[in-house]
Amino acid sequence: MTGKKAKTAVRLSFSYVALVLLTVFCAYPALWVLMSSFRTGDALFSDTILPASYTLSHYTGLFDKHPFGVWYWNTLKISVSSMILGTILTLLTGYAFSVFRFAGRKNLMSILLVLGLFPGFMSMIAIYILLNQMNLLNTHTAVVIVYAAGAPLYFLFAKSYFDTIPKSLVEAARIDGAGHMPIFFRIVLPLSTPLIVFTSLMTFTGAFTDFIFAKLVLRSPDKKTLAVGLFDMIGDRFSNEFTMFAAGCVLAAVPVTVLFILMQRFLVDGLTAGADKG
Amino acid sequence: MQQLAIKREYPQHSKKFSKKAALLSVIAMGLGQLYNRQYVKGILMLAMYAYGIFTAVTSLPHALWALATLGETETHLRKVGRLYKQVMGDHSIFLMVEGLITVFIMLVLIWLYISGIKDAYRTGKLREEGIKPNTFKQTLSFVAAYRFPHIVLAIPMIGIVFFTVMPIIFMILVAFTDFSRETMPPAHLINWEGLQAFKELLRNQSWSHTFYSVTLWTFIWAFFATITGYFGGFAAALLVQQKGIRFRSFWRTAFILPFAIPMFVSTLILRNIFNGQFGPVNQYLGMLGIAKAPWLSDPLWAKITLILANFWLSFPVSMLMIIGILSTIPKDMYEAADIDGASGFQKTRLITFPMVMFSMAPLIIMQFVGNINNFNIVYLLTNGKPLNGDFQFAGHTDILITWLFKLSMEQGKYNYASVIGIFIFIVLSAFAIWNVRHTKAFKEEEAS
Repeated sequence: MTGKKAKTAVRLSFSYVALVLLTVFCAYPALWVLMSSFRTGDALFSDTILPASYTLSHYTGLFDKHPFGVWYWNTLKISVSSMILGTILTLLTGYAFSVFRFAGRKNLMSILLVLGLFPGFMSMIAIYILLNQMNLLNTHTAVVIVYAAGAPLYFLFAKSYFDTIPKSLVEAARIDGAGHMPIFFRIVLPLSTPLIVFTSLMTFTGAFTDFIFAKLVLRSPDKKTLAVGLFDMIGDRFSNEFTMFAAGCVLAAVPVTVLFILMQRFLVDGLTAGADKG
Repeated sequence: MQQLAIKREYPQHSKKFSKKAALLSVIAMGLGQLYNRQYVKGILMLAMYAYGIFTAVTSLPHALWALATLGETETHLRKVGRLYKQVMGDHSIFLMVEGLITVFIMLVLIWLYISGIKDAYRTGKLREEGIKPNTFKQTLSFVAAYRFPHIVLAIPMIGIVFFTVMPIIFMILVAFTDFSRETMPPAHLINWEGLQAFKELLRNQSWSHTFYSVTLWTFIWAFFATITGYFGGFAAALLVQQKGIRFRSFWRTAFILPFAIPMFVSTLILRNIFNGQFGPVNQYLGMLGIAKAPWLSDPLWAKITLILANFWLSFPVSMLMIIGILSTIPKDMYEAADIDGASGFQKTRLITFPMVMFSMAPLIIMQFVGNINNFNIVYLLTNGKPLNGDFQFAGHTDILITWLFKLSMEQGKYNYASVIGIFIFIVLSAFAIWNVRHTKAFKEEEAS
């Protein structure tokens, strides 16, 4: 018995060492940026691992030298609008596929799943022309429309979530004379908190972090989003603004990171939606 | 329809309602409905028919001409009095997109026309059986009750048709033209060129060399990126979930960090961390007395760095998924294995691994497909660098999708980029369709 205990102790101590190493590996880039953002000077290189002296000037500089507040506001505006629109569209799509049977349903689902694999920018030239025709270039509306229109392609989790809600519930409400819309909003949605959280989180962060499409459409500085602004900052004047870029990264990343960590219990179900659960 | 229709005796003299109604609908959409005494519906359909004919007469010839020729007059200078004035010619790309939209709308109208005939025929049949056709109110309530999914899906579908399907068709069409920066409208016209771009890309030595090399690297990259992420996530999941480990949620949260930080931020950070001259990684190596590594500047090292960075970014997702799946494995399997005297390693190899593998298979395929298209990490981390002199506008670490991006956005070779796009489209569709057909969520429904 003591032999087994000793063996367990050895196994556990090795595991803890591995866990600590892995934690350092995961957290290091974040910590490094955090420290860089407080370091005096503006270079990438630092002689010491910990900064020699601390300053907040990079954070204030972001607002003085760049329209960082405007970028932040733009990004929030775009992300929240795309989140609301995209989530409603995704949930309705998933609901329609889950509850109703109609001709061409399976083929339509397969087509949507295949289309979902294509990165949006592969067809950016066409979208650009389309937006140009609709006079929407360099507007936030254009970005929101494109993000929201793309969201229903990821309906699979919504569909498989609605599949688990007992059909009898919906049928009972139908017999009582409730219409489809009231059933969806009053009965089905209140039972779907994890789904709503996951879908909103994904559409929100998708819009928050996308830069390639936003870069194409949003041309003037006052329309830029965080991702575009930060990317241009490091692309234009690379080495002499590094610490300010780091400060921008921290401010941009903190809300999303905190959201993810708080919502992590909702993530697992959503991520494994396509798995063959036994 | 029968559920809602009210039965009523009708005189038996007319037996040919269905054929007459269908025939009238062939002549003009809505006439059959009027004949069937569905007046509001009939008038609405007639109005739509008028709109359809109007569109067909006014725009369809232009749309077809536009698609066939892509414009005939080039932008040129014309002498007006003493001055030369620039006269704008046809804009080939606008013509193509407008033509496509018109053809799309026409297809929808034709579909409506055919369903109108079918509807007139069906209603006529009901009248022959002595059933009174639905009033407009009844039709509306029927639609609300039984066509709900169609109405609900209509909005997302319109969005997808315009912002996903149409652009993909546009991209496919561009591959058969000579659209490039040199022929940029509106200054120039674009012409159909058939398979010219395909031929040049595959036959021309330097282009085909780039194409094959980049494709090969794309698959190697996708394979290693997927495998490392998956096994890394698997190991992390086992480590966190093993018996006797404390503070599980702390470790899990720490490991989620790379996934939680917005990807464009973390990738830009990693690019600086691996900076060969000033980056901290090389700095620490220097402190330990190890020579600096050319993380991003040497072709082979850059590829390894890419896979390493992707490992950092992607293992948390796999870990989260596998933790989710681990909890679904029945406990009694492990108990049975304990009774048989299996060691921990054997249990992992013979129970945990196959069970997780079974559940994860479709997700692994999807991750592989996702990695083939992993534009962000390559673009943000290396941007395809280091440059390769033998390649046409591609670097050593460029994958197909970033090469496509460079060809279209930086080099303006839109037709070549489209050929590559079609190639990616075919490869991806093959994987995706196979996956969709083999996923349990789809299979189970075939019974129902």
